[in-house]
Amino acid sequence: MKLRFEINGKGIEADVAPRTTLCDCLREHLNLTGTHAGCEHGVCGACTVIVDGRAVRSCLLLAVQAAGASIVTVEGLADGDELSPLQKAFRKHHALQCGFCTPGMLTTLHALLSDEPTADEERIRDVLSGNLCRCTGYIPIVKAALEAREHYAKKQGSKAG
Amino acid sequence: MKLPPFEYRAPATVGEAIEILSASDGAAKAIAGGQSLIPIMAFRLASPTVLVDLNGIAGLDGIAIGKTGVSIGAMVRWRELEEHNGLRAACPLIAAAVSHIAHYQIRNRGTIGGSLAHADPAAEMPGIAITCDAQIEVVGKQGMQRVAARDFFVGPLTTCLAHDELIKTVHFPLWPRDRRWAFEEFAQRRGDFAFAGIALYYDERPDGAIDNAHVGVIGVTPVPRRLDAVEEILNGKKLDDGVLALAAKAASAAVEPDDDIHASAAYRRALTGTLLERALIAAAKRECAQ
Repeated sequence: MKLRFEINGKGIEADVAPRTTLCDCLREHLNLTGTHAGCEHGVCGACTVIVDGRAVRSCLLLAVQAAGASIVTVEGLADGDELSPLQKAFRKHHALQCGFCTPGMLTTLHALLSDEPTADEERIRDVLSGNLCRCTGYIPIVKAALEAREHYAKKQGSKAG
Repeated sequence: MKLPPFEYRAPATVGEAIEILSASDGAAKAIAGGQSLIPIMAFRLASPTVLVDLNGIAGLDGIAIGKTGVSIGAMVRWRELEEHNGLRAACPLIAAAVSHIAHYQIRNRGTIGGSLAHADPAAEMPGIAITCDAQIEVVGKQGMQRVAARDFFVGPLTTCLAHDELIKTVHFPLWPRDRRWAFEEFAQRRGDFAFAGIALYYDERPDGAIDNAHVGVIGVTPVPRRLDAVEEILNGKKLDDGVLALAAKAASAAVEPDDDIHASAAYRRALTGTLLERALIAAAKRECAQ
């Protein structure tokens, strides 16, 4: 099936079978391998991408179901070579080791903090319960998210202004 | 872990969807949020030859709060229930249960109709539907019919829906303002499948005694159901330590959990009693919505 999406701000076409998940479409057809395929049944959260503003598991969404949508993957977070404030906070707090879960952590937190820049620690922990990390023990990830909040608050403030 | 091949159809109307399902003679399957169906297909536990996507059908969304209760369209996603302003007052039990459903990303896709049709014994919303005496509006070739939630669930992952029927709306009866309620569940990790869960509500007589107790259980029976024995103990009584202990014992005795890799049957049975006690205490302490 010929599909058209907007991915990280660019119009992109793909020709995939209906059974292709969005995750496989991104990785194997569009070479956007930043999105990681982990469990492939909706448990680990590594494949999380943002579809029309909402964080979703790309292994549980068919590519055809995302046709016409605006999609943000981990490749879309940085501004060229300049890491996003959330990514910088991850680096500062050592919020990753092996890096496998990181794309899902970043996209999930980016969606959350874009919607809820004042999310408290409990909310952040609740949301991150959908993303498995076997290296960090989560504490540095939560710290990075808490620190990144002010950038999202500013962004929302400037949008409103 | 890759899905088996299938033909993808995206009808624009309920009628069209039913036509496709009907013509397939059981080989087609409707997909709503897909948060359970896609994993089932990835594991090759189901291999429908046609997938009928309900996401493009208009008129299956919407949350209506009226004089007869709350009506929720089958394609309403958990996220919309979480964010709805009026729902917390109109049926607080729904809002409380939704916060326990799966994880953030899954709540962005999963739908109430999909969850009811999937009928996982540990899922929250079937239990809430049973506890609240919800009516499920089912549409098929013969037209529309309303099915009481207690008649809807037939067994684990099995409902009374025919292969060419769809859920259109779920109706929850009017909720009196002073009603007492609680939802308690225990899962190993927040958002995971519950080992056991209790949803309950009751009204209070002028003397403070319990009236109209509805006690539902999830995760420890093949289908969610109300615990009649517990309701009988509670009705007409004031809540004290003796009633709590009796009710907890009756709850533990009334369920039939299985052993599995996560917990033994004995543990789940004990947990059911503990959750019932916690729920009753929480309901009694909670300030009623004003």
